[in-house]
Amino acid sequence: MSILVYTENWDGKFKKLSFELISYANNLAKKMNTQVVALSIGDVAADELNKLGKYGATKVLTFNDDRLKSLINQPYASVIAQAAEKEGANVVLISHNFTGKALAPRVAVKLKAGTISAVIAQPESVEPFIVVKKVFTGKAFAKVCIKSAIKVLTLAQNSVDIVEDSKTPAIETFSAVIKDSEFKMKVVDVHKVTGKVLLSDAEVVVSGGRGMKGPENWKPIEELADLLGGATACSRPVSDEDWRPHEEHVGQTGKIIAPNLYFALGISGAIQHIAGVSSSKVIVAINTDKDAPVFESANYGIVGDVHKVLPKLIEAFKEAKSK
Amino acid sequence: MSNVPDTTTKIKLNGDGTDYDKTGIQWIVNPWDELALTRALQLKDAGAVEKVTVISVGGADIDPTIRKALAMGADDAIRVNTDPKEAYFVAAQLAEAIKNNMYDVILAGIDSADYNGSLVGGMLAEFLDIPSVSSVSELFIEGGKVKLHREIDGGSEILEVETPFVGIVQKGIAKEPVIASMRGIMMSRTKPIVVAEAVPAEAQTEFMGYELPKPKAACRMVDAENPKELVDLLYNEAKILS
Repeated sequence: MSILVYTENWDGKFKKLSFELISYANNLAKKMNTQVVALSIGDVAADELNKLGKYGATKVLTFNDDRLKSLINQPYASVIAQAAEKEGANVVLISHNFTGKALAPRVAVKLKAGTISAVIAQPESVEPFIVVKKVFTGKAFAKVCIKSAIKVLTLAQNSVDIVEDSKTPAIETFSAVIKDSEFKMKVVDVHKVTGKVLLSDAEVVVSGGRGMKGPENWKPIEELADLLGGATACSRPVSDEDWRPHEEHVGQTGKIIAPNLYFALGISGAIQHIAGVSSSKVIVAINTDKDAPVFESANYGIVGDVHKVLPKLIEAFKEAKSK
Repeated sequence: MSNVPDTTTKIKLNGDGTDYDKTGIQWIVNPWDELALTRALQLKDAGAVEKVTVISVGGADIDPTIRKALAMGADDAIRVNTDPKEAYFVAAQLAEAIKNNMYDVILAGIDSADYNGSLVGGMLAEFLDIPSVSSVSELFIEGGKVKLHREIDGGSEILEVETPFVGIVQKGIAKEPVIASMRGIMMSRTKPIVVAEAVPAEAQTEFMGYELPKPKAACRMVDAENPKELVDLLYNEAKILS
């Protein structure tokens, strides 16, 4: 019996979301009277693996294979399923990020496991196993019961707190078996922008809509994001007009994000946009139209011309930070 | 493709919260699936693909939505005749329906606008024991070979994949969905929808009920001349910045 957590690494390092996963698993393990086992795939040093113990992992399995340098869904899912079987896991927990979306469904079928994706809280009950999740892109919640013996959950980023519960984990090399026949694809090129805060990781996101009037007006948005250590984003029309890179589009047909603080600048607040950001802890809107729907979803708002307000807001933040 | 409520729908629940109220709902092709289909049709127009089939799980009530996909330009459709209870069940049904008559490329939207599962595509690939690539933002077929872009943290990767495979697609796969022409709509009426019988399969999860979000507090308005007050509120009231 155990809860198996797949902890992805980025160049051998874990991120905040890795510790969120362990914290969630640890909390659940207490309810289910069981242990948390983490699985790491790739070249991760022992002192990094040990960090998982700080949040409650009692064992960390580590597996490395040169063929797994890039994400190839079949063998990765196979390793996770093998670890789940070895550890008698009745719950497998994966992040609801790019990797998690790619792997969780394959792992689930390998383990004949019911799956609930994008969970944001602990199960309401463990026997029967019921979890509440968002549906209709945030317009409602559904109570879902997993009936299978093994359960797969994917956890939405920034939805649970990191809680320390220090253990000294046993680090174990895991001997998974992966076959060449599972490698039916290969990565031929990689384009990566380094150094910027990832939109999915950012705790503060500054986003612009059509009200910004043009790409040449984005400097203040970038400045505010930099000042607050955050990332920039945009609405669909901005992305469609190629004012901003497509990866910045947040909304129903873009990315779903859940930062601590989301600035909606010159964004009217159509349902499809709000769907992408409704899990933000705090939303601030600036718009010239006092009846803009965005104010129904925002916690704080300013009715005004964003081109005039934003520079003043940046100055006010600079002043506050200098104190 | 998935049959889902139009994305502007206001979700209301039935009396005891066991289901959402379906009266008056406009049903559409799931937006991601619509974009996946658009890309497939573009590839067909370019001569890289011979036939485009749409497949869905549902009762006869979803036929109008399937016809929308046929009107866009799909050649034919398969409907597995059963209620799409949940992801594992749906994926198992889809796999049974196509495994003896395989396609080279199977495309699925990254998630559906109703349950946001992000599960069916990946599960289908596993049931069929074929490769899958997720978060696909571009798909090319050149000289019979498939090349695709998938989004990763901070960028994208370009991959070559062997067919058959499942491509799970997201933003970027096509810019705008194909709008069905009058001709397309007329032709869709004669294109075949093959009804496949469901097979016994497990539904590993069950939807027990729904809840609506709690109404949120009114927006706290700050004067445009005084943005300093907003900064203050964010630090000291919301305590969302440190």
